[in-house]
Amino acid sequence: MTTPRDGLAVLGPALAFALLMSNYVCSSKAQIKPEAFPLAALAAGPATYGVDDGTHITLWSRAATQARADALVKAYNATHKNHIDATYVPTDDYQTKVGAAAAAGGLPDLFSADVVFMPNWTSAGLFTDITDKIATLPFAANIAQGAINVSTWKGRKYGLPFVVDLSVWMYNKKLFKAAGLDPNKPPTTLAEFAADARAVQKLGGNVHGTFFGGDCGGCEVFTWFPIAWADGETVMNPEGTESHLNSAENKGIYATFRSLVEDGTALMPDTKTETGPTWTGYFPKGNIGIMPMPASLQGMANSSLADADIGVTPIAGLKGGQATLVGGDAIGISRDSKVANAAWNFLAWMVSDEAQIEVVAKGGNVLARPDLANNKYSAADPRLVIFNTVAAKGQTPFAKAFGATFNDPQGPWLVLLRDAVFGDASKIDADNAAINASLNP
Amino acid sequence: MTPATPDHRAAPAAWWRLTWWRYRQLMGVAYAAPTVFFVAVFFITPLLLVARMSLSSWPLLTGNGGLNFPKNYLSIWKNALFGPAVVFTIEYTLIVTVLLIGLGLGLALLVQERGRWVDMLRTVILLPVSLGLAAASLLFWGFYSPSIGPINPILEQLGLIHDPISFLGTSLSALLSTSFLIVWKYTGLYMLILLVGLQAIPDDLFEAAALDGASRIQVFRHITLPLLRPSLALALILCVTGSLLAFDQFYILTKGAPDNSTVTVVQLIYREAFQKQNLGTSAAISIMVLVALLVLNTVQFRYLRSSEPGLKR
Repeated sequence: MTTPRDGLAVLGPALAFALLMSNYVCSSKAQIKPEAFPLAALAAGPATYGVDDGTHITLWSRAATQARADALVKAYNATHKNHIDATYVPTDDYQTKVGAAAAAGGLPDLFSADVVFMPNWTSAGLFTDITDKIATLPFAANIAQGAINVSTWKGRKYGLPFVVDLSVWMYNKKLFKAAGLDPNKPPTTLAEFAADARAVQKLGGNVHGTFFGGDCGGCEVFTWFPIAWADGETVMNPEGTESHLNSAENKGIYATFRSLVEDGTALMPDTKTETGPTWTGYFPKGNIGIMPMPASLQGMANSSLADADIGVTPIAGLKGGQATLVGGDAIGISRDSKVANAAWNFLAWMVSDEAQIEVVAKGGNVLARPDLANNKYSAADPRLVIFNTVAAKGQTPFAKAFGATFNDPQGPWLVLLRDAVFGDASKIDADNAAINASLNP
Repeated sequence: MTPATPDHRAAPAAWWRLTWWRYRQLMGVAYAAPTVFFVAVFFITPLLLVARMSLSSWPLLTGNGGLNFPKNYLSIWKNALFGPAVVFTIEYTLIVTVLLIGLGLGLALLVQERGRWVDMLRTVILLPVSLGLAAASLLFWGFYSPSIGPINPILEQLGLIHDPISFLGTSLSALLSTSFLIVWKYTGLYMLILLVGLQAIPDDLFEAAALDGASRIQVFRHITLPLLRPSLALALILCVTGSLLAFDQFYILTKGAPDNSTVTVVQLIYREAFQKQNLGTSAAISIMVLVALLVLNTVQFRYLRSSEPGLKR
């Protein structure tokens, strides 16, 4: 020990780095050749529904939407000769895994993407063009267009809606009643939302008017963008290269939430510190008056929140209107797939009446086919009808650099949102310039 | 090893000895070969590839796009997060190093005596070391969470606090909360390293000092500390290097929040590669960090070694 072996000690950290880097190395062996799409295989196959001949098809999806994705996969395997081998990857690792597989030419036959990441992957040529196949489906026009729009790159379509997620406002009917509000009259503007939250806040104790994930960029994309859309306003240009997040409309939205934070209506300090993992866990605890939530009733009711007390209403704008963000996952056939026609068989079945009603609607989830909103399962619960009708008024934001701009915890959108709501609101215009820079790398 | 003698009676032995020597040389090469192989495959090759990446336009999804030096390196200086990340990483390293080495030394002195309770204490302090850092971070994330964490409700029940503590809510509290996790997790390791060093010091030195009438503080300053220097050097280098490369704990606990105040340099490397999908700039930052660590480690060794002979007096 008297003469430390400096060679080894210097090598130690260096080796750690090399190992860290070897991760990148693996993902960079091959380059993507967009011309290598198995187009010939596609053109030769049967039209409309593909082939069901006992082919084994590999599928990757992220863990966040596993329950709903797996319900479709299981139902397909039970009713078809083809067999889907599904792998669910931890959500935080999913982008990395797909990136590495894309570079190494090892993508599965089918893989899904969080809809906001679709442009990034379609523009990099990871999917097979299915424009013509979609066109042959008799119900093509009735499929939720949001997911298809974000899966479209240079006029060609690469994906279909796999799992649909929407944002809505949820309110606690019991607390509304206690605060003297009519539980059957949910807010129809953002101002009414704030007024109702303040009324509930007056109940005191551990009850709070509202809550939102104030340190989570993705949460506010999901729940604030629709407020602007409801007023007919925009958050970006359609190409996703120019931000409108410093518009008068958007500044008005930030100001409303800022006032809810400043007068203590929003639960603090949680609202300021929530980075995303637990933001949907607050409402089911039964002490939040009204807040934006994903449109799913699965597992919401519990000992402190009765199912009958969960009120649902569409997100409204400053002036009125209704909108939602159609999120969730889109799915497409990878450019590496050798069994594109068998893979298409799953996709075509997935958006059919049969799968949508007997699997998706039966599970109490939002349909990828708004035209089927009124079905035997939704008839039993009017909240499901609200989910499905608002889906038709939904949008999905489109930008090639979406993740790095809006979801990245170090991204520029989170800086703007925190300045606007908690910090120095005069920086909004400068922060918006940073968003524009990020959208155009 | 003596060379073969001219004595013919010794010739068979000399012949045998020569072969044995050559055999040993071959054995040496054979023993070293796996290491050479692994270093070449897992260290040298990736390092060269990273170096090449740092000189090239290399998007994550589309692969090598050709040389673009020095664009990746220049983009580091334009990255508004880089400066604050370097400052924060150094700040964190200083806090954690002082705490870990200080506490590790204190505990090592405390548990160097033998005894039943001492064995138990050593085990208790050492246990967290066996836990993975990611698992430990997730555990503490749960403890600190305002939504599911048990610490605030307990403190409120005990009447110690009125309003919940926001463990990760401000930049200072996030830094301290993360440092606490690291201290809890790693103090045992540094205690162990320093304990081994302490036990290597011959007892007669302490006895002689006691006979000379040295006080406890004098013994610590003039015997324990100088003779512990090699162990301290090892602990210091491990600690500084590890802290400068901090990633897991911040990635899981804070994600850089609040307001990008807890972003470390390695988090930036990860962000460039997987959020911004630019392996080129990511590799460029990696190379910068590698160079910085090489320089720092060299300086640390020079300093610690050059002062050794003086202390042996």
